[in-house]
Amino acid sequence: MPAKYHISTKPTPPRHKPIGKYGIVDWREDCSACHNCVKRECAYAVYDQERDRLKEREYADYLYDCRGCLCCVQGCTKGLLTWETNPAYEMLGDDVWTPDIISSTWFQAETGKIPVSGAGYPGPFRGPGFDSILTDMSEIVRPTRDGIHGREYISTQVDVGRKPLSLKFNPDGTLAEPYPPQVEIPLPVIFGILPWHKTSRNLGMAMLDAAKELGTFGLTDDVNLMHHEAAIPFLREGVHTDLTKKKWAAWADCHNVAELIREAKVSNPQLISMVSLPLGPDAPKRCIELSKLGVDVLHVFANWHGYVNTDKSKHITDAIREVHQSFVKQGNRDEVTIVAAGGIALAEHMAKTIICGADLVTVDVPIMIALECRICSRCRNGLTCPIDIEDTDHDYAVQRIVNLMGAWHNQVLEMMGAMGMREIRRLRGEVGRAMWFDDLENDCFGPVFGTRKVG
Amino acid sequence: MARTLDANRPTIEDFEQTGVEMPPSRQVKPAPDRFKNTLGKYRVVRRTELCIKCGKCIEICPRGVHVKPHGYTDFLKPLDWKCTAQKCKDNGTYCVDLCPKGALHIELSPMYKALGDYRWTADLILSTWYMAETGQVPDGELNYECGASGGGFDRIRFKFPENVQRTDPSAISTAIPLNRRNDDRLKITIDIPVYGGGMSFGSVSPNAMIAKARAAMAWNTFSCTGEGGYPERLLPYREHMITQVATGLFGVREETIKWAPIVEFKYAQGAKPGLGGHLLGDKNTPAVAAMREAVPGTPLFSPFPFHSVYSVEDHKKHVDWIRHVNPRALISVKVSTPVDVDMVAVGSYYAGAHIIHLDGSYGGTGAAPDIAKKNIAMPIEYAIPKVHKFLQEEGIRDEVTLIASGGIRTAYDVAKAIALGADGAVIGTSEMVAMGCVRCGKCESGKGCARGIATTDPEMVAKMSLQWATQRIVNMLSAWREQWLDILSRFGMKDIKELRGRWDLLQHEDYQ
Repeated sequence: MPAKYHISTKPTPPRHKPIGKYGIVDWREDCSACHNCVKRECAYAVYDQERDRLKEREYADYLYDCRGCLCCVQGCTKGLLTWETNPAYEMLGDDVWTPDIISSTWFQAETGKIPVSGAGYPGPFRGPGFDSILTDMSEIVRPTRDGIHGREYISTQVDVGRKPLSLKFNPDGTLAEPYPPQVEIPLPVIFGILPWHKTSRNLGMAMLDAAKELGTFGLTDDVNLMHHEAAIPFLREGVHTDLTKKKWAAWADCHNVAELIREAKVSNPQLISMVSLPLGPDAPKRCIELSKLGVDVLHVFANWHGYVNTDKSKHITDAIREVHQSFVKQGNRDEVTIVAAGGIALAEHMAKTIICGADLVTVDVPIMIALECRICSRCRNGLTCPIDIEDTDHDYAVQRIVNLMGAWHNQVLEMMGAMGMREIRRLRGEVGRAMWFDDLENDCFGPVFGTRKVG
Repeated sequence: MARTLDANRPTIEDFEQTGVEMPPSRQVKPAPDRFKNTLGKYRVVRRTELCIKCGKCIEICPRGVHVKPHGYTDFLKPLDWKCTAQKCKDNGTYCVDLCPKGALHIELSPMYKALGDYRWTADLILSTWYMAETGQVPDGELNYECGASGGGFDRIRFKFPENVQRTDPSAISTAIPLNRRNDDRLKITIDIPVYGGGMSFGSVSPNAMIAKARAAMAWNTFSCTGEGGYPERLLPYREHMITQVATGLFGVREETIKWAPIVEFKYAQGAKPGLGGHLLGDKNTPAVAAMREAVPGTPLFSPFPFHSVYSVEDHKKHVDWIRHVNPRALISVKVSTPVDVDMVAVGSYYAGAHIIHLDGSYGGTGAAPDIAKKNIAMPIEYAIPKVHKFLQEEGIRDEVTLIASGGIRTAYDVAKAIALGADGAVIGTSEMVAMGCVRCGKCESGKGCARGIATTDPEMVAKMSLQWATQRIVNMLSAWREQWLDILSRFGMKDIKELRGRWDLLQHEDYQ
């Protein structure tokens, strides 16, 4: 058995104060200075910690640590304290990249740990996109396994490259055709090009170094970084680089992409070719064409909110299923590798995208969030970054990205453990391990309530 | 403990003088908030510079928000948690409008906006507290029926008929039998269609655990040990305790199985289906470790699944084992809600279970990965009709008791679960909220719950007394029973068993 894949995480505190969800607001006038809130009521000494930070930074808006137990609010001698949601927290992100997702990603990048909490799930019953899918679990009858804390190994390794459906042999028993090049990566993730604008070389280097440490790859369109061991050069029209020593390269889809790939493979037959194209109504057809033209890997992307169209009527999960199904119908799904990109914000999104038919996913925006990005859109409007993300320290950035992936890896293990699956390769297209809310409504509520009015 | 200046409201000290009575009574007694400042929906502000202390507000307020104790020249800070501003506006008793000097101002409390979540809204938390304090159904403007999750119970309503002869509430039964097999085992009937969920010694404080047991005894129902062993302090309540046998087998001994009238196998937990339990090291105090026969301070994992059960046949062997050890006990099988939950239920029945306990995916926990709570397995609302229908088709529906849990928060949720096809429900979070939980979700961090409910830290445990906690749960259950009586009465029913599987009485707001 190969050595167990392990991601080495270590606490990496944020450079800036994270924006916490809740805060205690007080009116200083009329305070009787009894100090009950500080000394008696706060079981976690949050006030003391805030005071220490106050000395250090001279302002007190660090609201990260309050656990919202309300003991101080309810115990205040004069009833002066109020507990409120931090308005700055509510302004984080948008409706897809929600404040909760951003905050959870910060936590994971800082600690490398799985977010764990008490009490039941506090969110809405169902939601759009990824939140319209539940994963399943296996109750009693299941393969022997011992999950994360035990003996048996749950593999998250995926193989990238063309896989022949059968092998052909010469009469002497040797392979008649060379086996196509393959890359094995221990995590079903590659890093993507960040969606909004060009990022600094500093950041690109950190991302690639993190990819190297994790044993995976990262796409880059910076010609100066394309030589990096973990880099997948992304070649837009007119961009050239030396591909003779690369394992994997990507091209933006264009009319002569097959020709460009053929040329590259002449000098490097071991090169894995990947073509990047948008998901949409034409994607399944184009994917099959590209596969016939000899493209090894298809990189299909939605927008950074995870939708194929601007009116958010079609989500990446549906679009990926179409591409996957079109290959399944042809009987050659195993030949190609499908990489999905767009809107993948949490570990659960990775698992759900794979269930919908992708082999692996591209992670982009979460890397920015790991480096404390607030999705504030200032950079997109040509304004300065409030956290100066381009100037992050290299080691800090690498560790934050590694921590985030460590947490994602463990969460995917949890989900697969619950499903009783030991191979993420077997999760691909395994819709039997997922439940769609619409199906549950039809199957379980249909007999009770009749026909559903709203979608 | 803080003493409130509200003359009509007993203080916590008054309350504690009553001591621990045995057996516990189901009689409602006021059990006020144990904190000085009770949270409410509104914030009432008196502008002292305008107030002429005429006392008009005291006169008109039906809730006693405005208080000026005898002999005082000034008013107390308004008891704004009692305020029902909207109702007063409708009834013409709105103090803000009637104050001759315009000295009063009422607004939604900012804490009301921050409190709660989609499933447990601020209204549900505040109304549960109200019920736990008074034993009465809130008559103000708090929604005590459902939350705002946008699906499931929160979109299901009862279709109450208009022209039905209402039943006399005193003639209505809310009791349900738990043994429907007609075998030689105990014939247990509980007086209300709910019992308390398993919360282990270690995950909750001893006071919380015993309070749950006492309230269960008072209402002739059950509470459950959870998987952390059976503290001997629970022995006086043993006829109302379920012993849980979970995958870690922590604290499971022959005598703990023999003590129990019901033994529950926990195969999975709704909040973390397919994953084991996890008690963090900080909560594993010497007392907890002794009970669990483990080393103090180390994190304790319950594996998943039972390492001796990989098939229905293995499961039967397990059930047979317990049946031999305790020849009188009923067997309950607690499972989660995968897509084939109906098959699991039938398999459990044929292996000998008296009770099939389905734990839906939005259920509570002391600690679980967020990814599991949100994503794995189906909500209980879907599982109940699915399993009920399948058991009917198999012709075994009347031989097994189907109990639902996982996201059942209110009396109305229980009634809806029954109408969907369950016999009864298991509750957990509601009991915690009755004891003062604010759903901050930090049960797992450090030493545990800062409010002294889900903690084993002695200093924090001392924040909540046993008597108070017992009375809060007893009161809440009393208010719940009032609501069940009201629902049954409006349907002209005499027994809660008549409500089971009555899909025709339900409507879903998203369906035609």
